[in-house]
Amino acid sequence: MLLFIISAATFGIFYLIPRLVGATPETLATRYVGRAATPETVHLIAEKLGFYDPLWLQYGRWVKAIFVGADYNLGATVEHCPAPCFGYSFITKQPVWPELVDRLPVTLSLAIGAAILWLLLGLSIGTLSALRRGSFLDRSAMTFSLAGVSMPIFFTGMVSLLVFSYTLDWTAPGGSYTPFTESPSEWAYALLLPWLVLALQFSAQYARLTRAGMLETMGEDYIRTARAKGLRERDVNVKHGLRAALTPILTIFGLDFGLLLGGAVLTEQVFSLPGLGKYAVDAITNNDLPKVLGVTLMAAFFVVVANLIVDLLYAVVDPRVRLG
Amino acid sequence: MPDGQAFLEVKDLKIHFPTDDGVVRSVDGLNFKLERGKTLGIVGESGSGKSVTSLGILGIYNHRNSKISGEIWLDGKEIVSASQDDVRKLRGNQMAMIFQDPLSAMHPYYTVGHQIVEAYRVHHNVSKKVARKHAVDMLGRVGIPQPDRRVDDYPHQFSGGMRQRAMIAMALVNDPHLLIADEPTTALDVTVQAQIMDLMHDLQAEFNSALIVITHDLGVVAELADDVLVMYGGRCIEYASAATIFEQPEHPYTWGLLGSMPRMDRPVQERLVPIAGSPPSLINLPKGCAFSPRCVYEERTGGLGTTVVPELTRAGGTNHLVRCHLPTEERQRLWVEEVKPKLEA
Amino acid sequence: MMRKSRALVAGTAALALTLSAAACGGSDDKGSDSSGGAKPEFNAALTQVYNPSDKKGGTIRLANSGDWDTLDPGETYYGYSWNFLRLYGRGLLMFKPVPGAEGNTVTPDLAEGLGTPSDGGKTWTYKIRKGVKFEDGTEVTSKDVKYAVLRSIDKETFPNGPAYFEGFLNLPAGYKGPYKSKGVNTDSAITTPDDQTIVFHLKQAFGGFDYFAALPQTVPVPEAKDTGAKYKEHVVSTGPYKFETNELGKSFKLVRNDKWDAATDPNRKALPDAYEVQLNVNADDIDNRLLSGDLDVDVVGTGVQPATLGRVVGDPTLKASTDNPTLARLWYTSINPTVAPLDNIDCRKAIEYAADKVGYQTAYGGPLAGGEITGTILPPMIPGYEKFDLYPSADGTGDVAKAKEHLAACGQPNGFETNIAYRAERPKEKATAEALQQSLARVGIKLTLKPFPQGDYFSQYAGNPPYVKNNKLGMNLNGWGADWNDGFGFLSQIVDSRVIRETGGSSNTSVRIPEVDQLLDKASAETDAAKRDAYWAQIDKRVMEEAVILPGVTAKSLLIRPKTLTNVFVSDAYNMYDYLSLGVA
Repeated sequence: MLLFIISAATFGIFYLIPRLVGATPETLATRYVGRAATPETVHLIAEKLGFYDPLWLQYGRWVKAIFVGADYNLGATVEHCPAPCFGYSFITKQPVWPELVDRLPVTLSLAIGAAILWLLLGLSIGTLSALRRGSFLDRSAMTFSLAGVSMPIFFTGMVSLLVFSYTLDWTAPGGSYTPFTESPSEWAYALLLPWLVLALQFSAQYARLTRAGMLETMGEDYIRTARAKGLRERDVNVKHGLRAALTPILTIFGLDFGLLLGGAVLTEQVFSLPGLGKYAVDAITNNDLPKVLGVTLMAAFFVVVANLIVDLLYAVVDPRVRLG
Repeated sequence: MPDGQAFLEVKDLKIHFPTDDGVVRSVDGLNFKLERGKTLGIVGESGSGKSVTSLGILGIYNHRNSKISGEIWLDGKEIVSASQDDVRKLRGNQMAMIFQDPLSAMHPYYTVGHQIVEAYRVHHNVSKKVARKHAVDMLGRVGIPQPDRRVDDYPHQFSGGMRQRAMIAMALVNDPHLLIADEPTTALDVTVQAQIMDLMHDLQAEFNSALIVITHDLGVVAELADDVLVMYGGRCIEYASAATIFEQPEHPYTWGLLGSMPRMDRPVQERLVPIAGSPPSLINLPKGCAFSPRCVYEERTGGLGTTVVPELTRAGGTNHLVRCHLPTEERQRLWVEEVKPKLEA
Repeated sequence: MMRKSRALVAGTAALALTLSAAACGGSDDKGSDSSGGAKPEFNAALTQVYNPSDKKGGTIRLANSGDWDTLDPGETYYGYSWNFLRLYGRGLLMFKPVPGAEGNTVTPDLAEGLGTPSDGGKTWTYKIRKGVKFEDGTEVTSKDVKYAVLRSIDKETFPNGPAYFEGFLNLPAGYKGPYKSKGVNTDSAITTPDDQTIVFHLKQAFGGFDYFAALPQTVPVPEAKDTGAKYKEHVVSTGPYKFETNELGKSFKLVRNDKWDAATDPNRKALPDAYEVQLNVNADDIDNRLLSGDLDVDVVGTGVQPATLGRVVGDPTLKASTDNPTLARLWYTSINPTVAPLDNIDCRKAIEYAADKVGYQTAYGGPLAGGEITGTILPPMIPGYEKFDLYPSADGTGDVAKAKEHLAACGQPNGFETNIAYRAERPKEKATAEALQQSLARVGIKLTLKPFPQGDYFSQYAGNPPYVKNNKLGMNLNGWGADWNDGFGFLSQIVDSRVIRETGGSSNTSVRIPEVDQLLDKASAETDAAKRDAYWAQIDKRVMEEAVILPGVTAKSLLIRPKTLTNVFVSDAYNMYDYLSLGVA
């Protein structure tokens, strides 16, 4: 249901709004013809892409294709785009769905690797900072994380590529993604720097969150109880303190991760990784509406699913939320 | 006992917290003794230093931003100078604590059983299964029905009284010789309060432990304590047996406490006579007697009250100590002629 | 939205690069030493071969900051793609893979010789070489070429391709290409009397048809393997290389085609064993990889990003490893005689004199990346080009005194007011408009800036004559690049008054000179190349006399020379490195 609303909204943004600001079917079609195109060619393409039809019909056709598929005339041949057919690219003459499926592992690789790194880094730095509040470690960690939060990925990404890949030659240059199934070592080598750069940004944020959360929970009565039981300080911090501080972080993590699965746009752009984010950017740059629609819907799907999982996990993590 | 020492002996205990605004003297030279099987009530308003005292004994304070001095002898061992890990090993084992609000004092994400098992296994190298059996036994002993089932419940699934019983079970799981209860009944309603106090009384007898009850409520003290220590501004201002405190108290502050004590035989609107004024700042204690700004009899000290800190001196009862400038006779006369009749009116 | 973030990326990159420029200086020396004896200096590969070698083997690594427009020879319409396509496709003719002006001439490829015109230039005949094979071993015949040309006419399937053939061939009325007009006899347009001969029949005489024959649309396509719009995924090779992999939108790889016979091919050296092309690579990353040697060629060939430009300008070592070719692209301003007082030639001349061309150049990025100040419409590499400037000024910043003279002659001694249109999305055009606004203000000509969206710029605004007139768009910024370096390709769309449509959409917004139209007709029918080329300079001068075009700069680009490669030179036909001749050092 939610996905339907999102799809309709996205469809509206890319198809309805241009109409409202005065674009004709021809001006829409102009984007998909060459620079030497005659008005006849433009008309032909507008007709072929269905731009003359009423908007509801265009949307209906698009939704129908998702469930039953659609056929596309390629001149010499006709291609059937089987369900779920999330549109057919005007420009690359490819069904969108297989491309999305093809791009997903890249984004998934990037997101999972970076998430592991940033959780490890963020949680440990944040916890140590909170426990040694005001110490040199705390202050330098928080300065570092402020820097990490404020420096955008296209800056850290470019600089780190320049330093680690092109000057020191330690890491892979941009655009060297290799699928895990082909070569796990090359896969990791190519993703190492993107992981680190993406993780840096997030770990900075998570360090701050963890620190704040830990400072709050470490002042709770149950921490005093844990100490009064004679628990080792490490157990007090981790099993009692961190465990409670983790809950809100889990929520944010779920949402961040879901958002990231829709495409780590900047990271993929800077490192030329062929993931969903890069796909979205390229689709928007080329005005390839079916691709834009497809990738938007996919991203929305991940965010919705991530929300759902977070809600479920919340009940697992916090017994007070459980029903009954 | 070596050197004729008591089971618990606190000597000149000072706990200070240096802050940006000045040094907070939460506990400033406290002395008392307690034997096993006996109960000491520490009474005072919030901020009098009574809770800090108990945490100090347990060694739960931030070692980086607090200064502690003096001696605490527990069963012949000195705790203040002992290593943190040595004290930790005593904590929960030799000495345990029951906290005020069991809802916030128990971890919301772990079952009651888990928390008791955890307390047991810190000090006993046993399997989880054994520890769990122990926890169920313990829950049964503190009067929780169907303990084998409730052991897997979370704290929020317990009622207030049940939670406090579980808390007591957790504190007693290692048979501690010293039990400190910090406002053990404050968060509970009246009928449950009585049950919990009965329970503590019985268990103390059963385990033969020394019990410190920290409270602002003299009613609790009347119920449980053998001796009473009244704290004000981080110091002891009156120390006596419970009987003496109720029959011949000599400090004006104690009189005030007695006046504010709820009593069943009087209607609600009359039974609370609060002490005028507010507790002193622990950073800037009033000059002279800390209680002087609130003391009705301050002018009778001839100016001493605002200039000289009174010493803790012997008073009328046996083992009775009072920190007051007024002469003993005058204090006794005031109690008999002015205060007591008003309280009983 | 994307535009903005791209600008941010570029800006930040500039900062990053400046910060670390020192760190990278060292590694460049090491790189250039390895390139076998050739001394790296600025423009070393501009007019001669840099680092010549016949060594075979190796893989050339290329990257494209966007997607390839299409690999289908029938539809592709980018210079870089035409340059690259010669590796896997052989059209009838091709541009000669040699340095200098000769690179701008067409030479036989699949055909044995240049076209033979007959019927006064209305019929063109080509003989096809024997022994040229597709990658599957079948021999190429004239029918494959005919089919390839005809299929490219289907603009519903190939909307992006050039439209010269359907414009000039004498096709049956309503013909829509072999997919839709199946079985229709097309002998009125193309005949194939035998497997080695192909004859094109035109609607009217056209002297420069050899340039059409050099279009990739003449690269043969086997009908049996044609999948229409999907053919680009599996183009059947006739050149020395064929596709090994092709991941759309990501990368593709060319490897040797063993069915290619060097004996049939006088032009191709085919030195490397493979070409690897990455698509959709971050543009700033491409520059960094080129400089570090992790990449050989930025295949699009339009030059470095602004961030890299700043770095190169400040570093002589880096600058020595670049080339700065001039492009067949003119950035200019139209002066519209339909808008008063510009209907008076003296008012137009006042603008020609008053304009500060140094400001124009600066707005486009300075002499290295922006371009060269020009007084002509034709760029210098177009055959027939003559250098002149009818409205000169001492240092290029304008001649205020002359401008005032003409203003007086026009009856507007104190100047006048008019509007100047530009494409809102193009910061360089905005900067230019502002520069013109300042320089014309010196003589009292007051310009009001009028930005318009570039998507509708020609159809609705600057290229729409009624709109121009009604809204008094006295001037509008413009730019033009030819499909190939020839006077017809360059001039026909911007100085022929007959391309102007009342409904809008024309690139020519200001040139309406009947004499010029006639000259164009004469030139285009002329089959003698030398005579034809002489017309172009004549037209150029005639238009400039009317002062309806204010030429700004001839564009230039700054290319990073691949230090890992051999046989590097700039092709005068494509104004980027010639991709056919490169080898791996």
